[in-house]
Amino acid sequence: MAGALARVIQGTKSHLGIVGPLANINNVPKRFQNTEAPPAKSQYGPLSDCDRIFTNLYGRHDWRLSGALKRGDWYKTKEILNMGSDWIIGELKTSGLRGRGGAGFPTGMKWSFMNKPSDGRPKYLVVNADEGEPGTCKDREIMRHDPHKLVEGCLIAGRAIGARAAYIYIRGEFYNEASNLQVAIAEAYQAGLLGKNACSSGYDFDVFVHRGAGAYICGEETALIESIEGKQGKPRLKPPFPADIGLFGCPTTVNNVETIACSPTIVRRGGSWFASFGRTRNSGTKLFNISGHVNTPCTVEEEMSIPLKYLIERHAGGVIGGWENLLAIIPGGSSTPLMPKHVCETAIMDFDGLVACQSSLGTAAIIVMDKSTDIVKAIARLIMFYKHESCGQCTPCREGVSWMNKIMYRFVEGNASVKEIDMLWEISKQIEGHTICALGDGAAWPVQGLIRHFRPELERRMQAYACAYGPSRAERLY
Amino acid sequence: MLRQPLCRALALSSPARAVPLASRSYSNPVPAEPEKVEVFINDKPVYVAPGTTVLQAAAQVGVEIPRFCYHERLAVAGNCRMCLVEVERSPKPVAACAMPVMKGMRVKTDSDLTRKAREGVMEFLLVNHPLDCPICDQGGECDLQDQSMAFGSDRSRFTDVHFSGKRAVEDKDIGPLIKTIMTRCIHCTRCIRFASEVAGVDDFGTTGRGTDMQVGTYVEKMLLSELSGNVIDLCPVGALTSKPYSFAARPWETRRIDSVDVLDPLGSNIVVTTRTNEVLRILPRTNEEINEEWLSDKSRFACDGLKRQRLVTPMMTDSRGNLMPVDWEDAIVAAARALRDCPPNKLLAVAGDMADAESLVALKDLVNRLGSENTCTEQYFPLDGAGIDLRSSYLCNTKIANVEDADFVLLIGTNVRFEAPLLNARIRKAYVHKDTDVALIGPKVDLTYDYMHVGDSASVVKISPRGPEGSALLAYTQELACKLQDKLQDKEWKVLNVLQRTASQVAALDLGYQPGVGKALQDGPKVVYLLGADSGVVSRDQLPKDAFVIYQGHHGDAGAAMADVVLPGAAYTEKRATFVNAEGRAQQTLVAVAPPGMAREDWKIIRALSEVIGERLPYDNLDEVRDRLSEISPALVAYGDVQENNYFAQARALAQSLQKPVSGKLDVQLKHLEDFFMTDTISRASPTMAKCIQAVLKQKDSPY
Repeated sequence: MAGALARVIQGTKSHLGIVGPLANINNVPKRFQNTEAPPAKSQYGPLSDCDRIFTNLYGRHDWRLSGALKRGDWYKTKEILNMGSDWIIGELKTSGLRGRGGAGFPTGMKWSFMNKPSDGRPKYLVVNADEGEPGTCKDREIMRHDPHKLVEGCLIAGRAIGARAAYIYIRGEFYNEASNLQVAIAEAYQAGLLGKNACSSGYDFDVFVHRGAGAYICGEETALIESIEGKQGKPRLKPPFPADIGLFGCPTTVNNVETIACSPTIVRRGGSWFASFGRTRNSGTKLFNISGHVNTPCTVEEEMSIPLKYLIERHAGGVIGGWENLLAIIPGGSSTPLMPKHVCETAIMDFDGLVACQSSLGTAAIIVMDKSTDIVKAIARLIMFYKHESCGQCTPCREGVSWMNKIMYRFVEGNASVKEIDMLWEISKQIEGHTICALGDGAAWPVQGLIRHFRPELERRMQAYACAYGPSRAERLY
Repeated sequence: MLRQPLCRALALSSPARAVPLASRSYSNPVPAEPEKVEVFINDKPVYVAPGTTVLQAAAQVGVEIPRFCYHERLAVAGNCRMCLVEVERSPKPVAACAMPVMKGMRVKTDSDLTRKAREGVMEFLLVNHPLDCPICDQGGECDLQDQSMAFGSDRSRFTDVHFSGKRAVEDKDIGPLIKTIMTRCIHCTRCIRFASEVAGVDDFGTTGRGTDMQVGTYVEKMLLSELSGNVIDLCPVGALTSKPYSFAARPWETRRIDSVDVLDPLGSNIVVTTRTNEVLRILPRTNEEINEEWLSDKSRFACDGLKRQRLVTPMMTDSRGNLMPVDWEDAIVAAARALRDCPPNKLLAVAGDMADAESLVALKDLVNRLGSENTCTEQYFPLDGAGIDLRSSYLCNTKIANVEDADFVLLIGTNVRFEAPLLNARIRKAYVHKDTDVALIGPKVDLTYDYMHVGDSASVVKISPRGPEGSALLAYTQELACKLQDKLQDKEWKVLNVLQRTASQVAALDLGYQPGVGKALQDGPKVVYLLGADSGVVSRDQLPKDAFVIYQGHHGDAGAAMADVVLPGAAYTEKRATFVNAEGRAQQTLVAVAPPGMAREDWKIIRALSEVIGERLPYDNLDEVRDRLSEISPALVAYGDVQENNYFAQARALAQSLQKPVSGKLDVQLKHLEDFFMTDTISRASPTMAKCIQAVLKQKDSPY
């Protein structure tokens, strides 16, 4: 879920308006047009082992402090901290790191929002480890196999934004991950890496772990903040943004686990190193989760802008039954629109590349569906998930998503009128962009993807139903 | 959803809290700043203070944006999405109720995008809303109905109603006042916000999520608040409706008469809804100075007491001591004879809780003409020192609305929550929004907000206007108030406030009635004239055996039961009459219905009586009575105004000698919610109020 919900940010100019002068840096609308900028490289991926950030992704090595130290974590952290906030944020800006939770907001810029003169309130870093987006399984790999990357990242990010403490909001179902993370934090405290005078840098920093209770919506940043505060996880209105009024009413930055965990390596190896991967504005390496109908489902760190087909064939052993057996791919977690095979052939796995395919990178959780898939039922099941996870606070999401759910399940049987396809499209458009948070958008997009690419399949089902049982009742009613 | 705890937390931790919060959280207008922001509503420029929301800015140029969840006196929730409007250069429509204006913002409230957004939201709201308008009590005054006519689509696309139906939600039982039909709920959360912000009871909330979300109390319990009825007005649909009024009338069948409430001392402004000479319900009428737009449950729901226990015909005791109906002539003649034959010093007139100024002045004039000075009110107030000679000694001088600006409130010997619920709501507002500190001297009671309990012993305070040492206590309060006043920068601010407990007391004191009957009763009066005096301070045991009691009033209660002659008067909904509230503001009620049976307007009865006695009072119509009132005090007919009173120093000087040691405990009569509902003849006659008491007592036995 994480940032997929936060995607709302990228479309909201009003957000940038609030920030004032920074709005001029506004790269959001441009981003969609500037993909034709001449790429520095012509081929992206595969990533060489020496350029991997997450070197214990598969848990083959020790995840504890001693193992982490061997892999280079906590190396010269004191020096990094002493370089100061501006330097760290500068490196992040150079690196071009964009939030890994789904929205892809530039991390350096997000951190720099926190550098306003203090009004006496403490600042907080909140790490969004409520990884609930169906298909996504990158943060849990980090937390169970490389927790020290996250803990060190908290310290460095905390230093950059001047935070007093970090709260890691971890999904309740991640019991083992929370346990490993807690052990890692305890180790770091014992080694003097956290707490008072963290890493002997003279900087005091605490890290707290807060376990969620199983609500997907708590991955939305403001709902997450509410949840930490002990209230119902219901998203807040924005503005004010968390950078003004966040956790306990104090300035807060909410970042995804992957964003935080890769920041120590970025500052250690330099922003330009990170920027050397991927296309401009889409730089870096990224964890891709490949699941579904592939021969070897996996989570893998790869270079951004890697072609989708290449990624699947190289790391996931190809689609079951061969590429020709492919039906569709959901490229960025369940809330992104699916792409049919002909689009997947050429899709580039980065923010702009997928926007060009009318989809979105999201959390880079690739769900592969071969021709054995009942695509309508698959999307209907996703909508049922969103219906179940809608917080119920605002009208379009509460009423609209459950309505879409009803229609989708009729579509599965074909017990519907062809005219209702357009109606469903309109309903999804009535939800999208009208809600407080992005869950409504996330529920609307899969439906839109389905209608966009599989309308003939929907119509075929309706005809089949009409042949078998006579015209649907909806035909007469609508 | 409820931002209050956040604000409170901020308030405690941060000195600069006002700055970041100004952008949202409360919709109160931001105090005028020199720099105004220019925004354009439909290309019409408007200058507004920074922090104003788009919705408020639009209201300033007369553009009303539809809304359900937004309410100007509650925190912004922004969840109904009905107020979505297009803002230029924003790809998505924004919620006007929550979005602060920005410089040069161009808002389009009538564009295609805006209209489509509204239509979409309206469609979603109606998806699960039952189409039971014909049997819904909200019909005709329903926001959803009105707005779906104005902004909704002209046809339904909800075919799924024939496949899976609409959502059905179990109704909740939240007490005898509010009927819930939760299937109609559109989840605007106004009731939740009202309960936790204004009423101060955190019983309401949401459970479940998504389409299963329900508004309710989680475990079934009564909404234990004296302001609960206001959620009926707040509810934009028919989910919360009035239980006593259910299925009674449609709004277009009724007449609405503006009036003033007399069941508590604040004089809340009300609208009396009537049909065929029957009061159907009472609704609040907005008056920012007094009740804002709220009304206490007693004032709202006790109106069914106006139909019961009424005195509809004059009565006299027969030979066996039973009251029997008689003609007006007989009753008047009997009363007149008793009054004329009574030695002047043995004549006593006592005014009750709900006597209007016109009848008070007529009665006083009559008694004075008969040579007696014995006119009293039931409520005690100390007479030593300045006593009631200076108006500022017995009024809420600060005025009700200004309580919001107070930095510190000290309550002495009062449970303001039940004696004047809306004043308490103001104090709570100050407490929540301004961090006003409150301290209480008196018994520990639940005021719905935290306060410092200083103790209940009079020696702490040295005050209790109701105890035997009342004058000393008042003297100490005056002393304290004056000392504080001297330290204030703002010389206009009045420190001393006295909260009277009944609607008639201030007018009676203005007219020269003596507070309290104690001394007058000791003289053994031979004729007692009770003008609606039912609170039991005058009883047969205290009177000489042969005393003749005349009762004039509208309800058969304690006073009528002991009377020899009963003269049926009119209740506050049945007469045009003047009442002066606790701050000294004169207001008038209007005739909503005719008095029942042979009952007559009160001043006319006294005027008729004077004619028979032979001491004709010199006024023949209401205007002449009011001329007489203004002769005594122009404040009594300055309707709607409060005259400034400023004789605190003089009162203090006169009270100097009274500052002697005091002891004893302070007490209040209304300690708990069940004490609140029945305090006067009307509410004692009300079946609804009786049900409330039963329900509260039952709730107290429940484990929740």
